[in-house]
Amino acid sequence: MQPIAESIGIAAPELVLATGAMVLLMLGVFRGNRSLHGLTYGGVIIYAIAGFALLGDAQSELAFDGLYIADDFSAYLKVLIFAAAAICSIIALPYLVRARSDKFEYPVLIMLGALGMSMMVSANDLLSLYIGLELQSLAAYVLAAFHRNEASSSEAGLKYFVLGALASGILLYGVSLVYGFTGTTDFRLLQVAVTETPAVGTVIGLVFILAGLAFKVSAVPFHMWTPDVYQGAPTPVAAFFASAPKAAAMGLLVRVCMDAFGGMMSEWQQIIAFMAIASMVLGAVGAIGQRSIKRLLAYSSINNIGFALIGLAAASELGISGVLFYMAIYLPMTIGAFLVVLSLRGADGRPLDTMNSLKGLSKTRPGLAIALLIFMFSLAGIPPLFGFWPKFAVFNAAIDAEMYVLAVIGVVTSVVGAFYYLRIIKLAYFDEPEGTVLPQESRVNGALLAGIAVFCSPLGLFLMGPITVAAARAARAMLTF
Amino acid sequence: MLAGIILLSGTAVILSRNPVHSVLWLILAFFNAAGLFLMLGAEFLAMILVIVYVGAVAVLFLFVVMMLDIDFAKLREGFVSYLPFGLILAGVLAAELIVAAMAAVVVGSPGEPVAPVIAAAADVSNTEALGALIYTKYAYVFQASGMVLLTAMIGAIVLTHRQRSGVKRQNIGQQVARRPEDAVIITKPGVGQGVEL
Amino acid sequence: MLNIIVFLPLLAALIAGLGNRALGNVAAKSVTTGSLFVSAALSWLLFFQVGFGDTSYTQPVFEWFRSGDLVINWALRLDTLTAVMLIVITTVSALVHLYSWGYMAEDPDQPRFFAYLSLFTFAMLMLVTADNLVQMFFGWEGVGLASYLLIGFWYHKPSANAAAIKAFVVNRVGDFGYSLGIFGIFLVFGTTDLSLINETAGEFQGRTFEFLGYQVDILTTLCLLLFVGAMGKSAQLGLHTWLPDAMEGPTPVSALIHAATMVTAGVFMVCRMSPLFEAAPAALTVVTYVGAATALFAATVGTVQTDIKRVIAYSTCSQLGYMFFAAGIGAYGASMFHLTTHAFFKALLFLGAGSVIHAMHHEQDMRYYGGLRKEIPFTFYTMLIGTLAITGVGIVGVFGFAGFYSKDLIIESAFAAGSEAGYVAFAVGVFAALLTSFYSWRLMFLTFWQTPRWNESEHIRHVTHSEDRTGTGGYKPHESPMTMLIPLGVLSVGAVFAGYALYYPFSGEEQGAAFWNGSIAFNVELMAAAHHVPLWVKLASTVAMLTGLAVALVYYIWKPHKPAAFVEQFRSLHAFLMRKWYFDELYHYLFIVPSLWFGRVFWKRGDQGTIDRFGPNGAGWLVERGAGVARRLQSGYLYNYALVMLIGLAAAAAWFLPRAMGGE
Repeated sequence: MQPIAESIGIAAPELVLATGAMVLLMLGVFRGNRSLHGLTYGGVIIYAIAGFALLGDAQSELAFDGLYIADDFSAYLKVLIFAAAAICSIIALPYLVRARSDKFEYPVLIMLGALGMSMMVSANDLLSLYIGLELQSLAAYVLAAFHRNEASSSEAGLKYFVLGALASGILLYGVSLVYGFTGTTDFRLLQVAVTETPAVGTVIGLVFILAGLAFKVSAVPFHMWTPDVYQGAPTPVAAFFASAPKAAAMGLLVRVCMDAFGGMMSEWQQIIAFMAIASMVLGAVGAIGQRSIKRLLAYSSINNIGFALIGLAAASELGISGVLFYMAIYLPMTIGAFLVVLSLRGADGRPLDTMNSLKGLSKTRPGLAIALLIFMFSLAGIPPLFGFWPKFAVFNAAIDAEMYVLAVIGVVTSVVGAFYYLRIIKLAYFDEPEGTVLPQESRVNGALLAGIAVFCSPLGLFLMGPITVAAARAARAMLTF
Repeated sequence: MLAGIILLSGTAVILSRNPVHSVLWLILAFFNAAGLFLMLGAEFLAMILVIVYVGAVAVLFLFVVMMLDIDFAKLREGFVSYLPFGLILAGVLAAELIVAAMAAVVVGSPGEPVAPVIAAAADVSNTEALGALIYTKYAYVFQASGMVLLTAMIGAIVLTHRQRSGVKRQNIGQQVARRPEDAVIITKPGVGQGVEL
Repeated sequence: MLNIIVFLPLLAALIAGLGNRALGNVAAKSVTTGSLFVSAALSWLLFFQVGFGDTSYTQPVFEWFRSGDLVINWALRLDTLTAVMLIVITTVSALVHLYSWGYMAEDPDQPRFFAYLSLFTFAMLMLVTADNLVQMFFGWEGVGLASYLLIGFWYHKPSANAAAIKAFVVNRVGDFGYSLGIFGIFLVFGTTDLSLINETAGEFQGRTFEFLGYQVDILTTLCLLLFVGAMGKSAQLGLHTWLPDAMEGPTPVSALIHAATMVTAGVFMVCRMSPLFEAAPAALTVVTYVGAATALFAATVGTVQTDIKRVIAYSTCSQLGYMFFAAGIGAYGASMFHLTTHAFFKALLFLGAGSVIHAMHHEQDMRYYGGLRKEIPFTFYTMLIGTLAITGVGIVGVFGFAGFYSKDLIIESAFAAGSEAGYVAFAVGVFAALLTSFYSWRLMFLTFWQTPRWNESEHIRHVTHSEDRTGTGGYKPHESPMTMLIPLGVLSVGAVFAGYALYYPFSGEEQGAAFWNGSIAFNVELMAAAHHVPLWVKLASTVAMLTGLAVALVYYIWKPHKPAAFVEQFRSLHAFLMRKWYFDELYHYLFIVPSLWFGRVFWKRGDQGTIDRFGPNGAGWLVERGAGVARRLQSGYLYNYALVMLIGLAAAAAWFLPRAMGGE
């Protein structure tokens, strides 16, 4: 029995977030919706504090009798999650105010979601895995339907909820199977219990668990919700969905695969490799012909998850650090892209989402067009831009692991993917404008957009060194504990 | 026998045409599940199941179903076309699971492979044992569940609570703080003059 | 210091190129020109340190890439050869930058022009400071690129674009040979490091490999491959066709790239690899013959050209031939000597020609010049000095202009070499000297003497609006601005004194060996023999020069109608020369027509019929269909989605079930 006090110290970031969320909630309840702005920035401070609490996690530590783990791996992902959550709560402000959905619960829910994600990446037990996942999901369902006066938003929330419940059910079924056949839910003990020739029930359990997690990262064939939900949900929420939960679920997937089921590598490698291929292909192909930018970005995120899964399929230190590196670059790219969509408003002030509204953006909003250009080139993985390197890293890992087919399909699909990214640029730069696009209304958003664009531009390469070092360290921590 | 009834009533939940009947079948399934728990010696869980699910959730369901006038037959129309396929799929999944379980039985290491997490002590009651675990070993998960429920609550409020305009409310603070000067205007109208407000 | 010399132009190019319009003309011009002058000053400092001190070294910058045994570093190598090239490049480049202030004053795109110029200078410096073949190749391609950009600088002119493409493509042929040479050298030597190759070249002498049943000498093959590269870059016979066309570029470009620096890269490379070439005598013989043939060919063609820049271009081509055959007979010092002096007087001639063109409102045809001596006196005198330098005027043992020392040294060395190739080269050299003298003086007489024929030019008529097709038409040529005249003056000084000053360091028996300090294979005996050839050999070139001058005098001053009669009489010879020995036509039918045909076949049948159909178009079709399917799957119905998820789950489970069962 580990003393609770010691455990609490180790789980400080979660504690900060949980208390923070409740404090914000209380403040909000008493101050009403007027306090939205204050709560949001208060939330950012709380994320920062939680981030500081991450510092000093030099070695891997278990807490709460092995339910919770804090190591470099979780710290790395938590940094990403907190940053993404903070940005997603800030960028929503003008949108919420304009849509008359400026309810104070928004930052609270985001923070609870972030708490769930943070618990996910620190989960060291199927039980804490499930709870973290559920916390994150519940917050996400509500956020998807946050714009409750619009049918599309409610629909998105409902779809997400029903399918998410199904996925949770599948996951739980898998958990119970695994528990039934191995007698434990602790990752450490599972690692010992799971051997090269596992029981049939364990294999099926693993399949179910992976399916449940794949739903969260929206890997094919558990991706179906993604386009509908992204399109229906409010844009800042979609940005949130595309960023932080992906990092969290990806981290969880990595930990479950490499740590708990490390003994069944050959089994899950097949599943992951299949999902990677299917996601890359469907993400690339499905995006073609979309008229909504948000839908397109949804397919783009499916596509990108496929690439990241390549790194996991390689199942090597190189591969894992590739995944982590990928997430660190993918997050800003996708948030940036959504931020561009968020900045598009028609003459009547309503948000625009159709591809056609991008026409001639370089003439009406040159700055925004440049940011769009950077994000699209970066997402397409065109070399001088940042987006190229993570792809390169995962392909490299795949080749290192002699998974040539995977790497080749990856390259081919990224070429196909480049088609629609470039089409967006073509619309923005070579077509005549249709209608007007209002200027940026929020200086904060503009600054964030510029910052992220600079990060993704070749200038960001200066950061590549630290990021790769951190990713490699995190991967090592993951594999050696 | 209890398990058999659960299966039967579960099927009946899906198949019965009247939604009210469905809910009733559901309650039956809950009762039997509670019975199963009892047989396993988990009397606390059995009671909780009966109280929470049967007593609260199912009854709530019943109310909702009865109050909402939903034409389930119509909803089902689209569903039927997928039924054969869905049935096949369900069959396949079920077969797979059964095979998996069977294989384990055949090989012979099914239910009790490892020692339970905490050895069941004979002298403490079920409830006490659960409590001891929840508040010590699994405190983290327990607290986290609390957060989950909090989230669910916030969500429910956000999605359903509406600020109605035009509702008159009593504001006690304002009432108490009201001074005569605010409420009464004393005028001295001259003869033949009106009062201007 | 070397770092500064090399990277300052790059920095300037980046500033001017990226700043472009935002920076403005004056800022861009000042940055590039200023940095070039700094580079030039430092280069001279280095030159004296290295040439007359003993400070050669290699300065590593960073590792470029590593693949197996192949390790390529960025490193700057400094020895006498590099130092000589450094002063040539930076000095001429700095002067050309300055000159362009005046020449390009009316151009709307000046920052771009100056950025290209500086970029070129950087690439050229990279080439000459390279310490391995791959880095040299980087510089090699860099100058090719810059040359392409500068030839096509006036991109709205179709002829300029065509010339740029021609230069690029012809160079590509040479580069292919060069890169094969690099591959081969790495294969044989296991390194691309220049000093290592040169040190170990002797060990491989005489070794052979089997190719199609023949025993082929390894080093000869490698040297010839490298020489193909040199031929392309230095416009030697066969791959020379791009150089005259390159005159479509602005004149300062012609002076910098196509006279003084880039075209000498081939010569430099042969000198740099001289120990390797020394170990392959057969290859050297080829070099000699090609050089001699080029010298002769270009000189003959030069005699009939009417475009002032083309005359000088062929002259360049011819002088490069001299340098190559000097290298071919082993007189690398003489070759480099001529390279240096040539850089000064050829840049001078080009810039002078540019000044004339500037004065004559962009008319380049010499037939419409005449009598300019009094109108633009400064240009006239500097051009006169240039002509005296290129024709090699001087008195043995007293003093002479730059070309007198360097060209005569080459001719003497050729004689002194004593081999068959040497004697051929000697004969060709003397005859080419005669032709050189003839066409150079022809240029001078047509341009500066006789009576004005300006109004026959359309360019001039455009200004004068006079329909009278004879005489001046009232046109008043104007002397160029100061920024153009100063470089002319500076280069004139070089053209007068460079030969006299550098003769002994470059080619003296003891001083030469000490000066070059092992950076080239300096042949002391050959130089000694060259200094002691019979008097008639020494006088031969002077006599040839005087003969050429005399012929030119007769034809273009005393009897100006004689040339027409001559042309009448030898119509076919004139046409042969006028069409440049029919090289362009030959290439057209030999290479261009068949390759166009091939291209069309591959395009229609191969590309469109096969690759496009099953490649991009097929893939596009597939992707499009896939997108349709994906869209239809995305129906928006919940139960569809759930179904897909469950199917995936069931399939995965079904996939593993038999395996897991089998595993137990």
